[in-house]
Amino acid sequence: MYGNDFVDPNDPGAGPLNAADGGAVEAAAAHVDRRSEIDLSDFDAIIAADQRVEPRDVMPEEYRQTLIRQIAQHAHSEIIGMQPEGNWITRAPSLRRKAILIAKVQDEAGHGLYLYSAAETLGIDRAELLDRLHNGKQKYSSIFNYPTLTWADIGAIGWLVDGAAIMNQVPLCRCSYGPYARAMIRTCKEESFHQRQGFELLWDLVRGTEAQKAMAQDAVNRWWWPALAMFGPRDTGEHATGGHTAQSMAWGIKRFSNDDLRQRFVDMTVPQAERIGITIPDPKLAWNAERGHYDFGDIDWDEFWRVLKGDGACNAQRMARRVTSHEQGAWVRDAAAAYAAKQAARQQAAAGEGSAA
Amino acid sequence: MTDTTTAIQAAYLLGLGDDALIYSHRLGSWLTWAPLLEEDMALANISLDLIGQARAIYTYVGANDGTGRSEDDIAYWRDEREFRNVHLVEQPRGDFGQEMARMLWFSAYQRELYAGLAGSRDAQVRAIAAKAVKEVRYHLDHASQWVVRLGDGTPESRDRMVAAFSWVAPYIAELFEDDAASVAAAEAGVGVLPSSLRAAAEATVAAVLAEATLEPPAVSRWHARGGRDGVHSEPMGYLIAEMQHLPRSHPGAAW
Repeated sequence: MYGNDFVDPNDPGAGPLNAADGGAVEAAAAHVDRRSEIDLSDFDAIIAADQRVEPRDVMPEEYRQTLIRQIAQHAHSEIIGMQPEGNWITRAPSLRRKAILIAKVQDEAGHGLYLYSAAETLGIDRAELLDRLHNGKQKYSSIFNYPTLTWADIGAIGWLVDGAAIMNQVPLCRCSYGPYARAMIRTCKEESFHQRQGFELLWDLVRGTEAQKAMAQDAVNRWWWPALAMFGPRDTGEHATGGHTAQSMAWGIKRFSNDDLRQRFVDMTVPQAERIGITIPDPKLAWNAERGHYDFGDIDWDEFWRVLKGDGACNAQRMARRVTSHEQGAWVRDAAAAYAAKQAARQQAAAGEGSAA
Repeated sequence: MTDTTTAIQAAYLLGLGDDALIYSHRLGSWLTWAPLLEEDMALANISLDLIGQARAIYTYVGANDGTGRSEDDIAYWRDEREFRNVHLVEQPRGDFGQEMARMLWFSAYQRELYAGLAGSRDAQVRAIAAKAVKEVRYHLDHASQWVVRLGDGTPESRDRMVAAFSWVAPYIAELFEDDAASVAAAEAGVGVLPSSLRAAAEATVAAVLAEATLEPPAVSRWHARGGRDGVHSEPMGYLIAEMQHLPRSHPGAAW
């Protein structure tokens, strides 16, 4: 389809645009509950039967802690991710794009909420998780430590970052922990929409003026490699020993290796770049007929670890903004709690008077 | 719109559209700064409703005032002096209490406005108002609940709400001032006189203040004026510069 200007970016016949497009989310949503056939006091039996673990079930403490850490990190990523995109709300170049962007950032707040709620089912509350984010004990996705410098970055984030996130999240729709799996089903459907909007944004830029086309290419140049790094360190072949991958797979939390997901993402995205008319900034990128996959160049893992450890363009800025915002809102949350307590006391007093009468 | 009244009616409607767009823009800047995630979502929702109102009004005006302008031509290619919004909506984001005080007044005003426009002689204006009035009812409810909670919350929140209503007070009179465009639009049966909305909106706000255990603020020595003539306050220039910069840097480009 390369070079064909008549391809409609929204034409479903042109193939799926992201991992949520091909029916995998619907398949996960159609999961059949056979918990009644299993001894629910046997965690291993639930996992072996590919059934969902629910909040009141017995579960190993490490499983609980792994999920809390992973779901919280995911929730934190959603709310920190609001910052780079929110950065362009007041500068969106058309009213339609402005409305789309506001709705997208709003959805991210919503995803944060579903995820914090899912984490709360594991016996921890949102305030505690936010404290852990604010004091650096828990992380968010390192991708959001990169700055959004031009309008095209909003398209690149939608297309590449959301595309990579969906690739990661679609298997999580079948995660062994029920509340997380269900939150992912809802999230993936919305993320799929966002990814499509990002694709369309870049599509329009590439079909615009030379300056717009250059803006789109520059954004993809800056976001491509960080998007590939989003899948995390290598965890197959000689790299297979370290990390959490093996345990998470045994527990049915993780279904595919980082490397497998990264390869799928590359395979899905390269043809889309050709459709858009944009160049992937990787001279080693080439179709390998023997493997049936694209070969691609080496990720700069030094950069990945550097940014992860705090030395990225926006690490300090994102955290400072998050903490400042939270502190500035403290008086509002305190007032809401005080008012609720007063109302409860008033109702109790009224009920007391009622029963006395 | 008829030929003879087109320009003046367009001016009236643009004022309403500009109020919605500029307030949507300010509310959009709250995202990531709200005191709770739920509130990020609520403020985004209200911002989206308002940008929707602006787009509907701009599209209608552009298609019918003889200029053939698109919604984006109207939003991005007019200069500051051509914007007809009131000063209230262009003020920069303050604290959350100030936002709720501003939203309470603005939504109380807009509710009366759109309820009145539901009886407009212009079918398209009626349709826009019928949709908007439902949205604005929610905005009013949202602001009212927060004003009550914050007014009757902690000593700090109460102090902040007293300050918030004093901050907003000088911007209220302008909402209800009649100008040539609104008088003409009202006479043509297309619009409503802003002054006719005042009593009902004030009663709405007074009831919320009473429930919040807050006294009405003292009358301020000055009040804002001139927005409907395109004479704005200083923050407006920065808002317009930021909002319009990208399309204006790329004349002729589509986004």
